[in-house]
Order: sequence, then C-alpha cells, then structure tokens
Amino acid sequence: MTEEKRTIVRVIGVRKTFTMGSQTLEALKGVDLEIYAGEYVSIMGPSGSGKSTLFNMIGGLDKPTEGKVFIDEVDISQLDAYELAWLRNRKIGYIFQTFNLIPVMTALENVTLPMTFAGMNGDDAQEKGIELLKLVGLGKRFQHKPLELSGGQQQRVAVARSLANDPAIILADEPTGNLDLSTGEEIIELLQKLSSERGVTIISATHDYKMLNVSDRVVWVRDGMVDRVERREELNITIGGIGEKLTGRKQEPGGA
Amino acid sequence: MSRSGAVLDRPEGGPGRLITLPFSKSLEISFKSLRVRFFRSMITVSSLVLAVSFLAFVLVNLDIAAGLLEHGGRDAVRALSQAGYDVDLAGGAVAMSAKERWIVILSLLVCTVGIVNAQLMSVTERFPEIGVMKCLGALDSMILKLFLLEAGMQGLAGAFMGAVLGALFSFLVGAVRFGSGVLAEVPVGSVLESVGLAVLGGCALSLVGVLYPAWLAARMEPIKAIRSEH
Repeated sequence: MTEEKRTIVRVIGVRKTFTMGSQTLEALKGVDLEIYAGEYVSIMGPSGSGKSTLFNMIGGLDKPTEGKVFIDEVDISQLDAYELAWLRNRKIGYIFQTFNLIPVMTALENVTLPMTFAGMNGDDAQEKGIELLKLVGLGKRFQHKPLELSGGQQQRVAVARSLANDPAIILADEPTGNLDLSTGEEIIELLQKLSSERGVTIISATHDYKMLNVSDRVVWVRDGMVDRVERREELNITIGGIGEKLTGRKQEPGGA
Repeated sequence: MSRSGAVLDRPEGGPGRLITLPFSKSLEISFKSLRVRFFRSMITVSSLVLAVSFLAFVLVNLDIAAGLLEHGGRDAVRALSQAGYDVDLAGGAVAMSAKERWIVILSLLVCTVGIVNAQLMSVTERFPEIGVMKCLGALDSMILKLFLLEAGMQGLAGAFMGAVLGALFSFLVGAVRFGSGVLAEVPVGSVLESVGLAVLGGCALSLVGVLYPAWLAARMEPIKAIRSEH
C-alpha cells in the first residue's frame, strides 16, 4: 500500500501571522508537512493550536504569510482567482463542521451545484447526484431541504457534495463536531469507506478521538508547529493516554 | 488509489476546464431563492413599490391634465389652475410644480437608501451561503450575477406593481376631481409611456441599490464568509 507514495499535498515552511490592531499573532510558526495520495490523515490539536489555520492553508482557503503550499505539485499561492476557483471546484471537496448546505436548495440540488459550476449538463448531473446520495445512504431523501433532514443526514449530503466532481482530496473540518456519538461514528465510517474504496485522500481537522482509529497518520499540532506525526501502528500502543497527553483533560465525545 | 491519479492541470482553457454558471441556471437559482425568501423580498420591494407608485401617480396625473387641457379649453385651464397645476397656456402644456418635482426626487432617494439597507441585511444573512458557493468553485462574478439577477427580478415585479397601482390611483383621483368624463380624454399613449418610465426607473433603482451589497458579498473571502455565522 505504501510502496509508491505520491505526494499530493506538500507544505513547506509555512508561517502565518494575523494582525489584530497593534497586536500580531503568529498562528503558524514554520510548518513542514507531506501528505500522500490516498491517505487518511487527521490533524489533531487543541483549539488555538493553529490546526484550523493549517487546514485552511491546505484547502487553499487562506494564503500563508511565508512559505509555500503545493497541491499536486502546484504552488497555490501562484494561482489567480479563476484557477483557485477551479482548484476548489475540481480538486478539493470540503466538508464543514456546520454542514453548510445551501438551505434554499434540496439535497440533490446541493450535490449537483458543483457539477453545474464544472459545466456538466443538467441530466448527467442529476444522475450522478442521485448516485452519490445513494452512496452515502440517502437514496430516497434527495428532494428534501437541508432543514428537513437530521444533522447526520445533512452531513451525509455534504459528503456527497464534496464528491461531486471526483476530487482528489477531501478536506473535512471537524466533520463530527456537531453530531452525536453514533452519527459521528457513521460519518467517520463513511469517510473511511471512501478513502479505501475510492482512493480519495482525506484530510480532517478534528479533536474527535474516534477519528484516530481510522486515520493512516495523525499530525499533532501544538503552538503553531507540528508536534509529531504518528502512524496508526504507533498510535494503537499509546491510545490510552492520548487524551491527557494532548489537552490534559479527559476524553469527551464529539467535543465541538 | 486509481481515482486520485490525475495530475492537477493548470486550467488554461480548453474543454472540461472551465468554471461556468449558465444564464438559465443562474436565473433558476436566483428565482428559487427569491421564492423561498418571499416575505423577505417583499419587504425589500415594498419601499420600491411605494416610491414607484408615487412617481407613476404624478406622471399619470400630468397626462390626465394634458388630456383635459387639450379637450376642455378655458374651463379646463381654470379647473387645472385651481387644482394646483402650472398651466402654460401658450405652449398648451402642463408641468409639475417645482415642489412636486422635489418631493418625487426625494421619495426616490429615500427609496434607494431603503433598498441598499434591506439588501445589505439580506446579503449579510447569506454570507455563509455565499462562502459555501465560493468553496464549491463559484467565481466572484457569479455571485455578483446572482444578486443582480435577483434585484432585477425584484425591481421588475415591484416597479410594475407600483406603476400600475400609481396609475390606477391617479385615474381615481382625476375622476373624482374633474368628473368621470375626464377618463375618456386621457391620452393612452402617454399614460403607457409614463407607466413604462416608472417601471424602468424602479428597476434601475433596484439595481443601483443592490450594487454595493452584491459587490461586498462577491469579494468576501470564502473562509470569512463561512465563519461569519458563528
């Protein structure tokens, strides 16, 4: 499985400083990271660790103050607005903590919207959208509006939407943060299935420990730096103490 | 492993590389989002309806007066002067009084400010939605297009309602003031022209009013837009 690794995300010396009035805050202090195609990577870290900032950089949603982010060997800081939109549309699928479906559209319309942007014709998009909704287990509810669906179902729609244009990478920002324990587990299972069956690279920022069991690698972020990167095999040995190691408090389910 | 094998090509045009939103689709999206937020849109439109109906009322009043002047001779001149019109006997024309003109301009100004205000609020409410669209690959211009289309439709509907309302009211007032015979003398062509002018003016105001809010929305960084709901 790991014989021929192809790097899909490469982060080199990334720093990010935020200026708030007269104060400057260094959210990332030089991060180097490589993520390989087909991997399931979790970025873990307490709030304020720079985890979300790093995550946004990888997703092309924010630009580093210093350093470079390459996606498929393309430096994303060199892309113009059009190319960036293209990248977001075709290469990356986003899943958010708060689902962020468009409330005025049905589940199916939400899933087909990225396909419309990609210039796919209406009938093909409908067909593919229904197929994707079936894949995530919502085959029958595609005419429902997001507010008529439960949290878990909304997140499933979001997963289907992220797959719309067959992206190489799925970025999931706390995908289980707003879900209860069992629905969260279902979503994690779904993501893992996608990763193993479709070979999609999944990168998720999380502090949900349920994610650890399915991740190929876990990147621990602390104080704007990569603290350590652990492979799953190494994790199993230490899993008992992770909660206290990281935050000094006990593990809590969901943890938004 | 197989599906992720594609290399990121630089999108330099060519088939399959474009980001589009066909006009019919954007029309559909903006129409749907208007329909879903029907009550909200009504509030945005209401000030436009009022201002345009006032404009149409004043314009059609003038048309009616002109018709009266043409057919009524000296009696008409006296009646019109009594009703407060500026009658230019030599030219055979009736004009708005300066005060009236100012009130019309003021009402249109107030209406524009009202539209900007209402649209700003509605755009702010929709920041997360706009952020999501941008994450899914929407370009700034698409967001702008969606908002302009919505405003255009709102403007058209609101201005049309307002103009018809104003014209009807003007007929009513004319009939009461000068007797119902006056309606037979109304120059239909110029009334239609006035109504058309009021509709066009209303549409323009609606578009002007949404310009700044839509520009603000379109330029929003996606991540900020998404976070703004928390």
